[in-house]
Amino acid sequence: MVPIAYYLVLAGVLFCIGIAAFLMKRNIITIFMSIELMLNAVNLTFVAFAHMWHQVSGQIFVFFVMVVAAAEAAVGLAIIIALFRVRQTLNVDQVNLLKN
Amino acid sequence: MQIALFTIFGLLAIAGALNLLLQRHPIHSALSLIVVMMSLAVLYWSLGAEFLAAAQVIVYSGAIMVLFVFVIMLLNAGEEEHTRGSRVAAIAGFPGAAAIFCLLSFVFLSERHTFGATRLGESVNGVGSNILQISHVLFTSLLLPFEVTSILILVAILGAVVLARKEL
Repeated sequence: MVPIAYYLVLAGVLFCIGIAAFLMKRNIITIFMSIELMLNAVNLTFVAFAHMWHQVSGQIFVFFVMVVAAAEAAVGLAIIIALFRVRQTLNVDQVNLLKN
Repeated sequence: MQIALFTIFGLLAIAGALNLLLQRHPIHSALSLIVVMMSLAVLYWSLGAEFLAAAQVIVYSGAIMVLFVFVIMLLNAGEEEHTRGSRVAAIAGFPGAAAIFCLLSFVFLSERHTFGATRLGESVNGVGSNILQISHVLFTSLLLPFEVTSILILVAILGAVVLARKEL
């Protein structure tokens, strides 16, 4: 018997580590990976709530999130490759064309 | 037994996520993210979502993370260097993430009695397997969204091919 709240707190821990990694990392690929970590944390809450309410709707939601995450990863990594061709760097501090 | 399973794989997931945060080389971060995803698959299974546990291993650890590792090796990404921006982000990032975590865990733990608890191997509705129920909902009432996702995947494939071409 594990309380559902423990699963939710675990998802909160993973989500906050994802936020911290998103803010602190300077490599664009690692930033993208921390977005995936946050998506996974939210998926865990969906599965926990699906278990709590005894309905499969939450699991179907996670299924769609996985599909969208796969599409997002493909497009995002293609954008990273195109960016690297133009700027020759993966550091987000040097990709500041809109800032200046 | 389930509390032991939850503790082992929950701590493994947190350790993997912290390793993602602390490692400097992107390939080490990618491999620790795979650890997080595999332990989350075990947790999904313990919550009665066998289909999602399999899909997590196949789609996330199998497909998405392999794509990440391919791109890291293709671009020959080295260790990230510390810049002025990373110091500012560390000063702003840690308290912000800690504040969000405190808020979330306060809400979850103060409402813990309304959430209830889980039992190992319990299927979601108590009738039939998990895959049976998911496929029943997915192919009857949610057929249109399911078909739209195939168009989404097709558009994503075309977009990836166009973006990653030699001349943009």
